[in-house]
Amino acid sequence: MVRSQETVEETRERLIQLDLVTRAPEVTEVDARPEAGVAVDIRGLNAWYGSFQALRGVTMAVPRERIVAIIGPSGCGKSTLIRCLNRMNDLVPSFRADGVVLFEGENLYSKGVDAVDLRRRVGMVFQKPNPFPKSIYDNVAFGARINGYVGKLDEIVERALRQAALWDDVKDKLHKSALALSGGQQQRLCIARTVAVEPEVILMDEPCSALDPIATLRIEELMRELARTYAIVIVTHNMQQAARVADYTAVMMMTEDRAGELVEYGDTREIFTNPQKKQTEDYITGRFG
Amino acid sequence: MIAGAAMRRRLRVRRGAGGIFVTLCFAATLAGIVALAVLLITVAADGVQRLSWEFINSYPSRRPEDAGIKVALYGTLWLMAFTGAFAVPLGIGAAVYLEEFATRNWLTRIIETNINNLAGVPSIVYGILGLAIFVRYLDLGRSLLAGSLTMALLILPIIIVASREGLRAVPPSIREGSLALGATRWQTVRFQVLPAALPSMMTGVILALSRAIGETAPLIMMGALLFISYTPDSPFDRFTVLPIQIFNWVSRPQHEFKENAAAGIIVLLIVLLSMNAVAVLLRTWFEGRRKW
Repeated sequence: MVRSQETVEETRERLIQLDLVTRAPEVTEVDARPEAGVAVDIRGLNAWYGSFQALRGVTMAVPRERIVAIIGPSGCGKSTLIRCLNRMNDLVPSFRADGVVLFEGENLYSKGVDAVDLRRRVGMVFQKPNPFPKSIYDNVAFGARINGYVGKLDEIVERALRQAALWDDVKDKLHKSALALSGGQQQRLCIARTVAVEPEVILMDEPCSALDPIATLRIEELMRELARTYAIVIVTHNMQQAARVADYTAVMMMTEDRAGELVEYGDTREIFTNPQKKQTEDYITGRFG
Repeated sequence: MIAGAAMRRRLRVRRGAGGIFVTLCFAATLAGIVALAVLLITVAADGVQRLSWEFINSYPSRRPEDAGIKVALYGTLWLMAFTGAFAVPLGIGAAVYLEEFATRNWLTRIIETNINNLAGVPSIVYGILGLAIFVRYLDLGRSLLAGSLTMALLILPIIIVASREGLRAVPPSIREGSLALGATRWQTVRFQVLPAALPSMMTGVILALSRAIGETAPLIMMGALLFISYTPDSPFDRFTVLPIQIFNWVSRPQHEFKENAAAGIIVLLIVLLSMNAVAVLLRTWFEGRRKW
């Protein structure tokens, strides 16, 4: 967490010194939302688990080819929000949502949308690496197989593993168990598995929370790389991580009786250096709660 | 602060209490093993000299020295094959439905509760059911088919319960990972969940079948207590099984038949233990390859 004595700028500077952050101000400065185009447009999204309201009128646009970080305290609805984007919440029996989530001009929560087809186009990487208990090759090929891809599986697998910066680590042991890989490699395998089905958006639900700092760094580099092609939405507990990788940052908050409110959303640099809301400032400086 | 000497005295008492507890637990463990060992040794002492290829390969006879176990052994093996063929697909199907597809509502809860209760119904009740439905109503007679259907009913709840345990042991993250790639529920179950759950499901199935091997009551009820001098050729033939043959021999007055019974018990135990050994081997083999 952010040390309270240190300003965000200092934190960022320190991380740059430590070589944990690549200094890429041109990226955030050049980015203007309209040019990047909108990948997912969330408008007035409410969500409930039974009678508990987990999201309250969330409105935000996820740009293409950029990274959006969602930060906020535990239980504030971050995971619920990204799980709305690929309708993973459908699996929770008591879940319901209203509002509009536009993806490719279509509301995800309208009747005709097939969640199975949607999930191919909006990939997801989970908190804990969850490779299938199969070979590395089969892990990556699985998505292509079930979606009935035509084309050489070997090529799909190699391309995906290269995109996930894992090819050199595993090219000699493609048919060994994925469970023998290290945690960081497993998470990159999960990313490879996700990009293998050529999604348009990649959701990451605290992808580094089970990883050590070095593995975390590699995933972050990889995310910057992937953001050339995909829209990425990452949920993170780690504010430095948001500051390091995200172009835009959304801050969600909860109070004792209210959860799931989007407090502030904007350029990451602005959020961390010049937050508009007091709640944001309290949270990012560690004075929250 | 507690004085050092008093503290040490207390510690001795605490250690002593722990020691007594461990000893009692060890004795409890030993009790079961000793009882089993005594049983096995008595049986082996009585039966081992009767055990021979000839004994295994002979038909029943009025003369104890000619009598063999072939008919009952064949009966048991056939019964197991048919019982498995009926109970395994049904049991696994039901388990997959309940665990992976069914939505939680009052109906599925009632079904679940009933299945769990069925696992505890006395086997003789299944015998009565089998007699009424398969033997009489469906007119299958006292055939191998009627027997296996009854046994299948008997072990179905056990298979369902064991298979559900196996499915539940597959972490939800595997299902999520698969669904997040655009797999349908069926593809997720078929390609991820079932392969991962298979070893423990198979263990459950084998243990259920070995329960069926030892069951006698329902088959006696159905009338498999017979003197049959031929092995079954078709599912519609009459049959007998090892426990019934053993029961038959034990109830004869001649002492020689008691030896036959002991030898029969050894054969039954060998069949049973080898099935359990397969279950254990399967489990260790798969567990060596599966980590999550």
